[in-house]
Amino acid sequence: MAEIILRDIEKYFGAVYVIRKLNLTIKHREFVVLLGPSGCGKTTTLRAVAGLEDVDSGDILIDGKPVQQLEAGDRDIAFVFQLFALYPHLTAYENIAFPLRATSESKASVEAKVRAVAKSLQIEHLLGKRPSALAGGDMQRVAIGRALVRRPKAMLMDEPMGALDAKLREEMRTELKRLHLENESTTVYVTHDQVEAMSLADRIAIMNEGVLQQVGTPDDVYHRPANLFVAQFVGSPVMNIAAANVKADGSRSLLALGKGAAPFEFPKSLIRHLSDAKANDLTVGIRPEGVLVSQTETAGYVPVTAHLIEPLGAYDIVDLKVGAQLVRARTASGYVSKVGARVWARLDPAQTHFFDTRTTDSLRIRLVDGAH
Amino acid sequence: MAVVTSSRKKAFNRVAIVSILLITLIFLSPLYWIGTTAFKPRSLATTVPPTVLFQPEITPFIKLLTKRVQLTKAYDPAIYAASPWYEQRIYDGGERILRVGPNIQLSQYPNRFMNSLIIAIISTIIAVSMGTITAYGFSRFKMAGEADLLFFVLSTRMLPPIVVAIPMYLMYRVVGLNDTHIGLIILYTAFNLSFSVWLMKGFMDEIPKEYEEAALVDGYTRLQAFFKIVLPEAVTGIAATAVFCFITAWNEYAFALMMTNRRAQTAPPFIPSQIGSGLTDWTVIASGTFLFLLPVAIFTFALRKHLLRGVTFGAIRK
Repeated sequence: MAEIILRDIEKYFGAVYVIRKLNLTIKHREFVVLLGPSGCGKTTTLRAVAGLEDVDSGDILIDGKPVQQLEAGDRDIAFVFQLFALYPHLTAYENIAFPLRATSESKASVEAKVRAVAKSLQIEHLLGKRPSALAGGDMQRVAIGRALVRRPKAMLMDEPMGALDAKLREEMRTELKRLHLENESTTVYVTHDQVEAMSLADRIAIMNEGVLQQVGTPDDVYHRPANLFVAQFVGSPVMNIAAANVKADGSRSLLALGKGAAPFEFPKSLIRHLSDAKANDLTVGIRPEGVLVSQTETAGYVPVTAHLIEPLGAYDIVDLKVGAQLVRARTASGYVSKVGARVWARLDPAQTHFFDTRTTDSLRIRLVDGAH
Repeated sequence: MAVVTSSRKKAFNRVAIVSILLITLIFLSPLYWIGTTAFKPRSLATTVPPTVLFQPEITPFIKLLTKRVQLTKAYDPAIYAASPWYEQRIYDGGERILRVGPNIQLSQYPNRFMNSLIIAIISTIIAVSMGTITAYGFSRFKMAGEADLLFFVLSTRMLPPIVVAIPMYLMYRVVGLNDTHIGLIILYTAFNLSFSVWLMKGFMDEIPKEYEEAALVDGYTRLQAFFKIVLPEAVTGIAATAVFCFITAWNEYAFALMMTNRRAQTAPPFIPSQIGSGLTDWTVIASGTFLFLLPVAIFTFALRKHLLRGVTFGAIRK
């Protein structure tokens, strides 16, 4: 079991700068998810840790020792590939036993270890089958078995659920979580699926275009996104983002989304956090659940029209027209009865995020609803 | 599959099937001629129209494999009765099998056949193994001028062999490779190598590199990964490539004719050399050709499973 430290990692593919000065520490027994859109460098980072890719500069340390000079096989890590990479000419049993065959383990010991892993994955009945005879989920269980059987220092997983259908993915998520709790192996997991990241990770590291954007617990990245990219990448439906300006008005601040739109009320403290320049050139972000909707005129609420309603079963997503801007709100299902209806809306100050338009960084302003 | 319903389509299908059968028959007729003539008595070999129904015999094969002399003495029933069955067949035709002491003298055919086998098998093994390793390198590692190198490999196939045959002949004579097994093996290997590299490159590209990477992470060396993972995965491709290389080497005529005459002569130039020395016994030629067809047929049949998968590789893989 191990601690993995990435220090100033840089990697080029020809002229393309794919990993830019990446620093990340994965603690002992931690489950860290590298999250980002495709092509953001997350898989390359993982492969660099595994030793399948060389880095151009920087250090990779496993348990304090630099490993760049070590072959993949000498790093004592296991890798689960997106397409499982099960050897088609070997049975499930032989696939799981394969890593053990590289060492001079006795036959009995190999058998015992394979059986133990198969038991914990509940695939004992499948051991005699070839990968082609296995269903997607079982193929993945075998692949995980192959990774676990050696009891490596760390498990690296490259979108291991990318090839599974949605229902199976949910099932495997639970199973992976259970396995991680049982085995307590340090795990680095790459995915572009933020739901997977949120549900599995102890910490999430979000990458974009080779740059690490934010590292934090799922709660952190969801509730305190470091910049606009993280704010929009994490969470579904996507966070509303709009240009805004704020001005003082007596005991409150008024925040308008674009010119001419009716302004939303915010606590007085907001304007105090903002310089004049920022107050006029601000980007706000608010998740649909932070947009409060009322069917009746309510103090502090602004009149808006419902533009589009997406009924999603447990709740509805309603597109509200605020001036020229569309703001998506999450309401109880059926709360807004029809498109074109006039309703009243308010942005919950506690759930509103403020970003610097130019740098896209969060201004780290946290408001408490009702405080002045 | 769509279900054929319209009667016009049905009629069209029938016509198509009949035409295909006819064309197939035409294509198969030389094979039929070889196959039947190889078992015909000599008197029926050249009848017009060809005899379809006859008592098959293996006399042509006995003639093919043995040295014979014309009978000089009159037919002697005592000698006939004392001879083993195969000599009786020859005796019937007015010939005797040549013996030195008690040993039957074999014709040159078995020797030429063995030459063909040795040269084709060894050159196939070399061409396929070198091609496999080269293709693996091209497939897995980035290198400068990869496309140019591959094109260069292919370019060795662009000249028709006959163009290089004369310079090759002269060079071979100088270095003493003329009429040697090794000479033909080198020639056929060189000839097949480009084909083998290109074919195997396609198969190698189809094998996901994750297989090896998984093995590398699990503590295997690249060489171990190659033998334990890549080779078993490439078996289909290797089989297909081997069949094609073997057929090319086995059937090659022009170089063999020019480069060999005795020691290392293969069957293709030998068989026609038997035509035209006096009265041609077509049954012997046919039996020689018939035997010559067998190894390729057997080899291809033995590998048919891999071949079928091999030629449809890309289509069914994913």
